[in-house]
Amino acid sequence: MNLANSFRLDGREIPFQPGQTLMDAALAAGAYIPHLCHNPELAPHGSCRVCVVRVGGRLVSACTAPAAAGLEVASDTPDIQASRRAILQMLFVEGNHICPACEKTGACQLQAVAYYVGMLEPHFTHFFPRRDVDASHPDYVIDFNRCILCELCVRASRDLDGKHVFAISGRGIDSRLVIESPTGKLGDSAFAATDRAAHVCPVGAILPKRGAYSVPIGQRLYDREPISQVGDVAANEGRARS
Amino acid sequence: MPLSSHDTVKRMVTGLLTARGHEPDLLLQHLIAIQLAYSYVPEIAVEVLSSVLGVTRSRIRACVDFYAFLHARPRGDYDVLFSDNITDRMAGSEALRQQLTKRLGVRLDQTRGDGRVTVSLTSCTGMCDQGPAMLVNGLAVTALTPKRIERIGELVEAGVPLEHWPAKFFVVEDHIHRAGDLLSNAEKMSAGLQRFLDLGPQAALGELEASVLRGRGGAGFTTALKWRICRDSPGDERFVVCNADEGEPGTFKDRVLLARYPDLVFKGMTLCAGIIGARKGYLYLRGEYRHMLPRLEWVLSRRREQGLLGWDICGQPGFDFDIEIHLGAGAYVCGEESALIESLEGKRGVVRKRPPYPVVSGFQGRPTVVNNVETFLAAARIVEWGGHWFRGEGTQQSAGSKILSVSGDVARPGIYEYPFGTPVSRVLEDCGGTGAQAVQVSGAAGVTLAPSEFSRTLSFEDLPTSGSFMVLGPDRDLMDMTRNFARFFAHESCGFCTPCRVGNRLLEALVEKVAAGKASAYDLEEMRQIGNLMRQASYCGLGTTAANHVRDILDKFPDTFQRRLRPGSDFTPAFDLDAALAAARAITGRNDAGAHLEEA
Repeated sequence: MNLANSFRLDGREIPFQPGQTLMDAALAAGAYIPHLCHNPELAPHGSCRVCVVRVGGRLVSACTAPAAAGLEVASDTPDIQASRRAILQMLFVEGNHICPACEKTGACQLQAVAYYVGMLEPHFTHFFPRRDVDASHPDYVIDFNRCILCELCVRASRDLDGKHVFAISGRGIDSRLVIESPTGKLGDSAFAATDRAAHVCPVGAILPKRGAYSVPIGQRLYDREPISQVGDVAANEGRARS
Repeated sequence: MPLSSHDTVKRMVTGLLTARGHEPDLLLQHLIAIQLAYSYVPEIAVEVLSSVLGVTRSRIRACVDFYAFLHARPRGDYDVLFSDNITDRMAGSEALRQQLTKRLGVRLDQTRGDGRVTVSLTSCTGMCDQGPAMLVNGLAVTALTPKRIERIGELVEAGVPLEHWPAKFFVVEDHIHRAGDLLSNAEKMSAGLQRFLDLGPQAALGELEASVLRGRGGAGFTTALKWRICRDSPGDERFVVCNADEGEPGTFKDRVLLARYPDLVFKGMTLCAGIIGARKGYLYLRGEYRHMLPRLEWVLSRRREQGLLGWDICGQPGFDFDIEIHLGAGAYVCGEESALIESLEGKRGVVRKRPPYPVVSGFQGRPTVVNNVETFLAAARIVEWGGHWFRGEGTQQSAGSKILSVSGDVARPGIYEYPFGTPVSRVLEDCGGTGAQAVQVSGAAGVTLAPSEFSRTLSFEDLPTSGSFMVLGPDRDLMDMTRNFARFFAHESCGFCTPCRVGNRLLEALVEKVAAGKASAYDLEEMRQIGNLMRQASYCGLGTTAANHVRDILDKFPDTFQRRLRPGSDFTPAFDLDAALAAARAITGRNDAGAHLEEA
């Protein structure tokens, strides 16, 4: 292997092309680094911080850090998994994530990554925010209780669909997903079931109507195999439709 | 204020667009003007801006929601914001706020029924040397006393327009108590560019290199290197941006520099433009300093008349450069250079992904130099008097002097300039900070020093500082400070990344739990763990420094928290079962022992 074009991830040699990030190269080599706001079809974002890895004593997000020859990158270590676990727990208490009552359970990336990093309880005090459900669209429903602000729908609608259906509004803990339409409702927006933005949500926030339980619980994407084997929700869209 | 009719608002916004421009970058500037005219941003204004600027409605509303000084619903005719820095609180701002809300019969954050007035709190307004302070419709009112508050109450009730309020209410003093190399005789220094033109851009950059000037915003990147990289980065256009968004609690020296030496700051920006090849510059002035806008605009127009700005500056063909002032609208995070650039482009101030750095891809994706006010002022002096002159002071890694904003429990709050390498104890002696129990250096995001550390020196080697220097006297309770900072960061986090967005709110709740006497040792360990995660995993400097104050209190002033812990309790749940019964007690009108849970 040409060492001039590779770095080491937990001791494993990972080749890379110039311009690739640590995440790009790891995924291409079949090495899993847990992540939520990253989707290879879209520009790296770096907001969820779940993909943090240690390089030279510092934590950096693998999805935004450029790959460089000879780097020693630590990912699957107890302290990094503990950091990821705490970040996952923060996401869980920030919104209203009730897995047993969510139709996405078993095919949800938040849940699957939480299992992967060994998160067994939410740990922090729940915020229990009051958020709405928007069922105004004929084909899709948005449950804002489950939004994790990854901005995948924002970016997909803007960069892949050319529609700007979604945006992030507010600041700090009051940040929230909003919809571009006269009423602010999805039903009055340009959103369509065929949009890429309809198929990138990693959690149960943007869901197709009807057929919620066509795949029984227990036989869903991450019920069968861990996320480190099968990858993202978006990449499995066809199979994962639950 | 009566809600203005659609047509009036439409006319106003259309006029605004015609007067200032149709570029999407101007969105925030238009929103600020609309807010000022109507006390909110009416929906019809959003419609007009959206169609003319080609920006989606949701993005405009998102902008309104992001900035603390913009509102989607009407504020009062008098929009009163009390500065809520710890130094304001130490000077009695809370009692004054209560006096005013009582006098006016209004509750915090709620516009009075007749629409006359709204009273709220806001982050540090940069008047720490003359607080308590407030903003009324965006203009600074300083040196508040019970008497002044009483008078303000009368003026508001009588509906007296701000321009007829006593002029002394709006006086902002400079308070320069110690002038060093930069500040002494600064007025006498040439505001012109002759020396720069004699040297030429290459030699001028050489002087900056010889000076080893490092950025005065706190991070300390070498200024000459920044300018060189920007000059050498490919781009059809380059920009110079002066960061006058000094939002770090306790700092106000940029306010004084812009009030006293605006020509030197603009001169610094102009020679930067000459060196990197920029034709356009921006001064990003924090909204809290709007009172300075008319004078700064006047200085710019005078410099244009003098041939120091505009086309063919000083008769040099092709030396074209002009400066435009953009206002901020209440967002601490915009002090970070890439968030500032987002804000300059009229967007929410969210920090950009790096690389690329602004010197390579900044404003409008072009190479951009962003420097602090003080950095440009120092650069102007260095080009005038030479790099070796500047290098003559300071330490190995910290050349020159640093301008400090000193406030808190001191006899003489104000501006002090010292050579780098000066110990904290020397500053305390000079300003009259007798018996200080702690000094907060570099603001809320900085470091809390205990007396045993007062021999440490202000320098990049030891205590890098943006200039904020807040002194806590012997009788202060540091709990008040840490509560104030925790609230500040929870309010100012931009919300982009998880550890900062959620972590700051968790920290704030835990600090409040300690303050209420309900916490256990477990909660202190929680605070430390959350702080560690924020420091390591956050996306930008706001998140990585926001928990510093909690760590410093835990390490250096543990008694502040320890003496408030609930006795004999290893763990106290966040959920208070007895408090949760309050609603049931209120409904049933009971408050007997049987309506309360027994203490465990």
